[in-house]
Amino acid sequence: MTAAATKSPAQVGETTPRTVLRRMRPRRNPWRHPWFLEGFTWLYLIWSLVPVAIAVLFSFNNGKSQSVWQGFSWRWYFQDPVNSVLHDPALHAAVVQTVRLSVYVTLITVPLGVAFALGINRWRGPTASAFNFVMILSFVIPELIFGVAMFFVFTRLYKTVGLGSLAEILALVTWNVSWPALIVQARLVTLGKQHEEAAADLGATPWQVVYRVMVPLLTPAIFASAVLVFSSVVDDFVLVDLLSSNSGNTPMSVYIYSQQRGGNGGPALNALGTIMLAMSFVVAIAGYIGYRWLTRGERGSRIDALTTIAGGEG
Amino acid sequence: MKQHRLFWAALAAPGIIWLALLFVVPFYGILAISGGQLDIFGNPVAVWNPLHWSTTNFAATWHDVAGASAFVGPIIVRTLIYVALASLISLLIAYPAAYFVARFAGRRKALFLILLIAPFWISYMMRMLAWIDLLQTDGYVNRTLSFLHLISQPVNWLGGLGITVVLGLVYGYIPYLILVLYAGLDRIDPALIEAGRDLGLGRVRTFVRVTLPLSRQAILTGMLITVLPMLGDYFTNQLLSGTTGTTMFGNVIDDQLTSSGGVLEGQGAVFSLLFLAVLIAPMVYYVVATNRSSRGAT
Repeated sequence: MTAAATKSPAQVGETTPRTVLRRMRPRRNPWRHPWFLEGFTWLYLIWSLVPVAIAVLFSFNNGKSQSVWQGFSWRWYFQDPVNSVLHDPALHAAVVQTVRLSVYVTLITVPLGVAFALGINRWRGPTASAFNFVMILSFVIPELIFGVAMFFVFTRLYKTVGLGSLAEILALVTWNVSWPALIVQARLVTLGKQHEEAAADLGATPWQVVYRVMVPLLTPAIFASAVLVFSSVVDDFVLVDLLSSNSGNTPMSVYIYSQQRGGNGGPALNALGTIMLAMSFVVAIAGYIGYRWLTRGERGSRIDALTTIAGGEG
Repeated sequence: MKQHRLFWAALAAPGIIWLALLFVVPFYGILAISGGQLDIFGNPVAVWNPLHWSTTNFAATWHDVAGASAFVGPIIVRTLIYVALASLISLLIAYPAAYFVARFAGRRKALFLILLIAPFWISYMMRMLAWIDLLQTDGYVNRTLSFLHLISQPVNWLGGLGITVVLGLVYGYIPYLILVLYAGLDRIDPALIEAGRDLGLGRVRTFVRVTLPLSRQAILTGMLITVLPMLGDYFTNQLLSGTTGTTMFGNVIDDQLTSSGGVLEGQGAVFSLLFLAVLIAPMVYYVVATNRSSRGAT
């Protein structure tokens, strides 16, 4: 009420001669470049990226400090015979576990999600709708709640699974299956039905339609979702934190967390983080190039490829 | 046609079975533990038949939230304040940046987009580690501030300051928000904005009357996608403060699961259930909105 009351005098004021005069005065170029906004955006980018760049730099620090630069060295990667990523068994195991999880989870998740999306999209029934709902719910539910549910189910019900690598893989697949499912569904909407209808008219069986028509058309979407699943597993923390049981199945993110929290931080953790970053970036760049190559000849731009690889369609 | 229906059902079946066994059943598992009993050692036991559910764990949880020695009540309030502040700051930073890139970046759009997306590919732990390095007592933040004579002695940023945790949350979740906002703002037809300008509205009023209302959906989705994980966050606070003065709701659940030796798992389940109950409405809203947009064109 008070807002409306304070607003009306201002509206009355608009008709006074002074305001009219101000409107008549020639204005500054209305299409001038918004330098203030651009400066703000650059400040944001500096704030968001420079700290990480400094952290990467400190992984090459020739000393134990994470805050005082003592010269360049490779000691935290491989030169130090005890504490480097290459020679410390726990650090080493963390790298191996992350790589293993990302590869296995991607290999299971992508076919599962793609088949699910294709089936749900054409089946159309109460069961299909219900599970589509469940799938999207799994996309938005806070990871902690899902992690708690997984923790209980593997310690109380599926006891043969227990905690460890298998539990991590099963949970990560469930957590990530919505990426391929959502991206493929979005792509199916843009593709329309004409291709598969044409194939069916020409006598193709449903399996041939899927194998010969749909999968080739969906390849960019499938590829993009594989990239997203892979990098999301590399970066995952909550699920693996709750489901890992010993140092043999602790991936990099959990290792960094537990060491830093336990007061054992040091440049070796920065080295581990830098390796994670490099893994994600290599996959992202490969994903971008691959996506551009797969969609060559389509209307679509670098911008579209960038947003798709970042999950913009999901 | 009937056998074709069966074919599509068969194609979806593995995913459906997977989600049923590893998403639906586990949530029933939370219910079964919440409603379960304690065995003679005080460890919670899952009870799968709803008819045998008891209120033991619920009573214990209620005691923690509102009883005489309640310690969770203040934590919930603190979590809400932290998350409200963090999401508001995120929006105030993310919106102008996303707006600039979507509307004015021009030919440099790809460059800006790469830089905006980059944090999305950098692991959360690495980004937290970066700030831990900078915020050390002898780190660059303190050195810069004392160089500028803004502080006389080093601030112990990592010693349990609420502001550190809030800014950590902002830093951690803003990339997701900015992408959603960018996608939403980029979809706005520039002709509508030009029309506003042609009809005599100034820059600010075009923004308030045209752009802002058209991006309402993106703001809502973006806030949802950042607020939901922030509410369940326990690691940001552990890494950047680690003291009980900044404990958040997620820490309560995490502690009951991982540090109680199993005795408090039942209460952890009840807390997760409460958490879920509070969040179910915004989540369903999100699912319905997503479903509508993904099926809209067919």
